[in-house]
Amino acid sequence: MDVARGFLLAKPAELPTPAVRLRNFTRRFGSNTIIDGLDLEIAPGEFIALLGRSGSGKTTLLRTLAGMDEVRGQDVSVPSARAVVFQDARLLPWKKVWRNVALGLKGGTIRERAERALREVGLGHRLDAWPLTLSGGEAQRVALARALVREPQLLLLDEPFAALDALTRIRMHDLVLSLWRAHRPAVLLVTHDVDEAIALADRVLVLDSGRIVAEERITAERGDRAGLARGLRDALLGHLGVERAPVVEEGVVHLALARA
Amino acid sequence: MTAYAESAPRRHAISFTLPARLLGRWFSPLVLLLLWELGSRTGLIPERTLAAPSAVLGALVAMIASGELPSNLLVSFGRVSIGLSIGISAGIALALVAGLSRSGEITVDPLMQIKRTIPVVALSPLFIVWFGIGETTKIALIAFATVFPVYLNLYSGIRAVDPRLIDAARSFGLSRIELIQHVILPASLPSLLVGLRFSLSVAIIVLVIAEQINASAGLGYLINNARDFMRTDIIVVCLMVYALLGLGADWIVRAVETRALAWRPSIVEQN
Repeated sequence: MDVARGFLLAKPAELPTPAVRLRNFTRRFGSNTIIDGLDLEIAPGEFIALLGRSGSGKTTLLRTLAGMDEVRGQDVSVPSARAVVFQDARLLPWKKVWRNVALGLKGGTIRERAERALREVGLGHRLDAWPLTLSGGEAQRVALARALVREPQLLLLDEPFAALDALTRIRMHDLVLSLWRAHRPAVLLVTHDVDEAIALADRVLVLDSGRIVAEERITAERGDRAGLARGLRDALLGHLGVERAPVVEEGVVHLALARA
Repeated sequence: MTAYAESAPRRHAISFTLPARLLGRWFSPLVLLLLWELGSRTGLIPERTLAAPSAVLGALVAMIASGELPSNLLVSFGRVSIGLSIGISAGIALALVAGLSRSGEITVDPLMQIKRTIPVVALSPLFIVWFGIGETTKIALIAFATVFPVYLNLYSGIRAVDPRLIDAARSFGLSRIELIQHVILPASLPSLLVGLRFSLSVAIIVLVIAEQINASAGLGYLINNARDFMRTDIIVVCLMVYALLGLGADWIVRAVETRALAWRPSIVEQN
């Protein structure tokens, strides 16, 4: 696997210290093994999509990377600057929008920083609104601003678009990509949606029973992925248990299939 | 056909008698008042049973003019204020201890549940033995009675805070103190206000009972005195004042609610 990676990435020297590194990470709840000997590296500025069925361990992995669960002496290194956007925006309804964005920030220019982040997501006019008056898309953009204002090196997106309507979702995809290009955090996007993963990510991982069972690197430009979508889609759906004949398409490199 | 049938009762409602339309919800109480006055004037209701509304009004004016009512009201108001302050503070403190720590819950909650089973009024003999028949007993009864509503509501409010919000706040690096300040307390504020409203009405009830204990001033004293002289007009005036105290207390909590819970959708939409 190391050989394959070295070969396919062509210039391994380009990769500095990874932003995230998990070695043989295992997580158990009682006798249930949720994550089973997982290795994961995310390069700085890399956009990763993590696909998996319900119960595959996605959320556990995300919580670990977010520092919300204890790692208990395992080999886990994550950047200290990280931020999460949850599926439900999880804004505090008793704090005005800008105060939600500024939550937990220290220093004197908190309002200015929150304002800048909200302008960036196109909500400069809703600074003093109450969260419960926002639409679903607006609330999710506030959540994005709240994450961005922390200048994260690792941005964790936990199915952030799942509850949005199709049109809003497309707009949010564009917004996330433009924010990612502007700030270049490493991104881990947890999603059910294969098309979303293909449209956004540099690399798609499929998690099943706590192991990464497939890994696809997408080299095609983001605007130019319509052609490869079908074959890759079928392959990824196959890994998710939706049976279709896997097809290898141009512009896609299969790295490690089914290492069971 | 159906349209006609639907509009018929509405037309009926509109053509309801003129005074009812003008007075709205004041109509029936005013009619009752009128009948009461009429009954008193014709001698149907003897004065020693119930004084006429006009006599009550007269007594009210006289009691205000003589300073009798304001001074005694002040005494009662003082008792409620002190008792409530003690009860509410203790209730909040105990709820915070029980709500924010596991060991606090184990220590405090069983005691509070035991306390709840004892009717406060039944404690008055014991309190009289302990504190005598002066102010202390009255204040202690009010304080003791008002602890529980605040405690129970705030405690369950703290326990019911959405764990997902706590999770999110933690992920943004909030310390425990910041978490309590920014998430847990604001989230449980609506519950605290519900408890506060209960406590205020309980306080008025206990005030009435406590003032039956050998009071030498206050609304209860006025009522007891009036009973001895069969002055039903003064008794009714005091009942009105008790009612106004209750209304006032409710109004205060509602005013606090509108300000403190401005973020709630029902209130937001009204703006």
